[in-house]
Amino acid sequence: MDVLSLFVVVPVLTVIALVWARDARQVRSIAAVGMGVQLVQSVILLFRYLQLHAMPGATELQFQSRTLWFSSLNISYAVGVDGVAVAMIMLTSIVVFAGVFASWEVVEQAKEFFISLILLATGVFGFFISQDLFTMFLFYEIAVIPMYLLIGIWGSGPKEYSAMKLTLMLMGGSALLLAGLLGIAFSAGAQIGHLTFNLQEIEQAHIPMQDQLLFFPLTFIGFGVLGALFPFHTWSPDGHASAPTAVSMLHAGVLMKLGGYGCYKVAINLLPDAARELSWIFIILTAVSVIYGAMGAIMQKDLKYINAYSSVSHCGLVLFGLLMFNKASVSGAFLQMVSHGLMTALFFGLIGMIYGRTHTRMVDKMGGLMKVMPFLSVAYVIAGMASLGLPGLSGFAAEMSIFVGAFQHDDPFHRVATIVAVSSIVATAVYVLRAVAQMLLGPVTDEHFLQLKDAKWQERLAVLTLLVAVIGMGMAPLWLSDMIGGSVQQVLTKLQ
Amino acid sequence: MMWSDVFLMRNEVLLTIAAFLILCVELMVEPARRQRISTLGILFMAVITVVGFMPTQSGVLFGAMYQTNDYIALMKAILNVGTLVVLLQSVTWLHKENNQDKVSEYLVLIFSTLIGMDFMISSGHFLMFTLGLELATIPIAALAAFQKYEARSSEAGIKMLLLAALSSGVTLFGLSFLYAATPGGSLYFADVQAAAQPSTMFTLGFLFFLSGLAFKISLVPFHLWTADVYEGAPINISSYLSVISKAAASFILVIVLFTVFRSLQMVWTNALAVIAVLTMTIGNLFAIRQQNLKRFLAFSSIAQAGFLLLGAVSGSQLGMTSIMYFMLIYVFSNLGAFGVVSAISNQYGKEHIDDYNGLYRSNPMLSLTMMLSLFSLAGIPPAAGFFGKLFLFGSIAQHGMYTLLIIATVNATISLYYYLLVVKAMFIVKSDTPLAHFRSDNWMRASLVVCVAGILVIGFASVIFDSMFGISIGL
Repeated sequence: MDVLSLFVVVPVLTVIALVWARDARQVRSIAAVGMGVQLVQSVILLFRYLQLHAMPGATELQFQSRTLWFSSLNISYAVGVDGVAVAMIMLTSIVVFAGVFASWEVVEQAKEFFISLILLATGVFGFFISQDLFTMFLFYEIAVIPMYLLIGIWGSGPKEYSAMKLTLMLMGGSALLLAGLLGIAFSAGAQIGHLTFNLQEIEQAHIPMQDQLLFFPLTFIGFGVLGALFPFHTWSPDGHASAPTAVSMLHAGVLMKLGGYGCYKVAINLLPDAARELSWIFIILTAVSVIYGAMGAIMQKDLKYINAYSSVSHCGLVLFGLLMFNKASVSGAFLQMVSHGLMTALFFGLIGMIYGRTHTRMVDKMGGLMKVMPFLSVAYVIAGMASLGLPGLSGFAAEMSIFVGAFQHDDPFHRVATIVAVSSIVATAVYVLRAVAQMLLGPVTDEHFLQLKDAKWQERLAVLTLLVAVIGMGMAPLWLSDMIGGSVQQVLTKLQ
Repeated sequence: MMWSDVFLMRNEVLLTIAAFLILCVELMVEPARRQRISTLGILFMAVITVVGFMPTQSGVLFGAMYQTNDYIALMKAILNVGTLVVLLQSVTWLHKENNQDKVSEYLVLIFSTLIGMDFMISSGHFLMFTLGLELATIPIAALAAFQKYEARSSEAGIKMLLLAALSSGVTLFGLSFLYAATPGGSLYFADVQAAAQPSTMFTLGFLFFLSGLAFKISLVPFHLWTADVYEGAPINISSYLSVISKAAASFILVIVLFTVFRSLQMVWTNALAVIAVLTMTIGNLFAIRQQNLKRFLAFSSIAQAGFLLLGAVSGSQLGMTSIMYFMLIYVFSNLGAFGVVSAISNQYGKEHIDDYNGLYRSNPMLSLTMMLSLFSLAGIPPAAGFFGKLFLFGSIAQHGMYTLLIIATVNATISLYYYLLVVKAMFIVKSDTPLAHFRSDNWMRASLVVCVAGILVIGFASVIFDSMFGISIGL
């Protein structure tokens, strides 16, 4: 078996082991061990990829393997990773690992909870290693559907409504996506002379322009729904607000990245001509996403809603960067994916922990928490600073790179769009700093808060895992952007 | 007749023998022990199912009135599997007090309809087709009215019979057109195929013929009987109707389209595309509003038929393969869902969606089976339904009908909504008084295990799809 399949096999084995677990204690130990192994092997993968990649004449795509699956349709189980995928896998295993510890105290139907959570993770890992449209879509759907149960059963507030809305909107997106993917495969097959679902083979085919113009919106919107593209983002605030902590972490941190990654890997990579032709429409939509999300976050009082809207804004920035088609901004978009993934997971994790103590998520009902739980509060401040792009933390390199790249276009359209998007930074500062000031600083507003305890060991572990990654990426963004840059360059040459 | 000829019609011969043996056994067994005949029936069916999968040859019998080949044999094998599962699921219900005396009656009627369907699929002449169709339909009407002292069951039987008679009439009317339009007046498939052209006579004849089959598959606008009959008929008959009867009619439809009417492709591609869109959309929209699970599954099965039709619209080898493949998966998925409904109905007599609230807490295995079956129907991986639907959509994409493709994929999402409603009731909604835990009998459990295994295996075992692809035909 190839190295990459382990990333699917380990979570599947974890799920199977979970089925036999007897009590909540065993359940979380198994989950922690499984995801710990996953984290270790993704670190190993990262270093081995860097090693192989540094060798002279090395290709971007490494660890390739291909097994024919449905021979009559030439569908294969094909895997392989480039720099971008390695970064995404790394992000996923960090967030899932932290997520397991953040949900340490789920006791009600703990087994079912962790099984669904890890199934979701299986789908995500599978998606990032796939090099075949069919398996890619298969894993995509596996990643989306456990969300329904996770929010519906363990969620809070109007959870049934939110779960249904989220699932249907994402599945509606995947309906468009499926039409687009099948169209791409058969149209490319007609050009090459034989049907294929393999990404590299389809890259070689020149899909006719009229087909590209049809499939590009289908696939871009299809993935864009998951990437919270305006106006298809409305599932995100409700979904995130109702979801349990670890699920918000995973969903905003990782699952939404599937959208951005898919837009890049399928829509832009396979349909470059249409991407060039139609990018203006989506640049407008993403610029609206960026600024609308930030404004939405300003208007909210509920911490989860603030962060959900902030995710809409940041994920909009990811798609915005991808559509700029130059190396700086596209690499920036991937840095932003990693940075936002870590940061928002940290945010949602902290919000869950704070809520677990204060039993409110309303910013104006809290105050002075810094005095009673310094660890969580400091972590929150750091996450906030990363979110508003403070140098030295992960967000800065990412946003800087996107905006520098975007501004390289010298036509007024791109310039205006960039200026609109840049202005969101100010709005971000407003909602982040306001929440920090009201909630953490000042006198303790409620005497009940004085009894609250700071983080427990498992919470500290979850937070520290993410904090180390956020700070590490902020301090040394260059090796990451180098690793991503090489893979990005290949796609960009098709767009020139 | 040679031994090899008999082997060509092994399904029909064995089923006939089984039906007669059951009748004889009933005469010899004392009344108190008659309910054990159900075991005998299941044994017979299991043997027939196994025999049905043995390799066969192509050939024609009775001067080309009867034909068989690899894909026809496979279609019959799929029907056998489905019937076996239905029989397993019927045992609990058959052993109830009211039905104990009628066990053999039930088995003989089921076997008769299956013989009819086998002849229908194997027909090489429209007369043979009609005979098969009638033999398949009339016993089903009797089965629908099986609980004759219950008004709803009798009503279902009468409704079924009257509408089936009407649709047979329409079919026969269409056949008379075909007869007239074929030079020398012939109803052999080969003769009609040779003469078929998009003339008015042929088109009209074809359309009337199609509407007769559309009734059996319950395509819109011939679907109106479906929900009423499914609701009124005993639940195992509803599942038989929704799976076996529908599968048989779809199979003969695709065979006839791909062989006899292949030169009319211009006519039927568009007609079927419109019917497919209407069927899946209307089936979906009505399913959303259903509270009774039998009616719910009835409308869901109408919508599924709409998806199924996509394979026929494409007119390709991939299309035919996906129809057989989808049907095989549908047999397990739909019978899985019907099995759970049937188990709960047998135990508590409850069929309302609200009765399922909180079912996961009390009956986790049944709930998981139901969820898996519904996900398979909705086309969610890793259930096999995902693969089935994806290949059907693929056949449309291959044909380049992208508008139809988008409508179909969007409809798949709509269908997900109502399947999730049931999942929601079982897993999410809390209930103070969930249905108490119970154990269904071993037959039912065996049938559900078979369904779950089918749903989990068929998708990933690509060899099944590939071998079906090898024996399919396209235009």
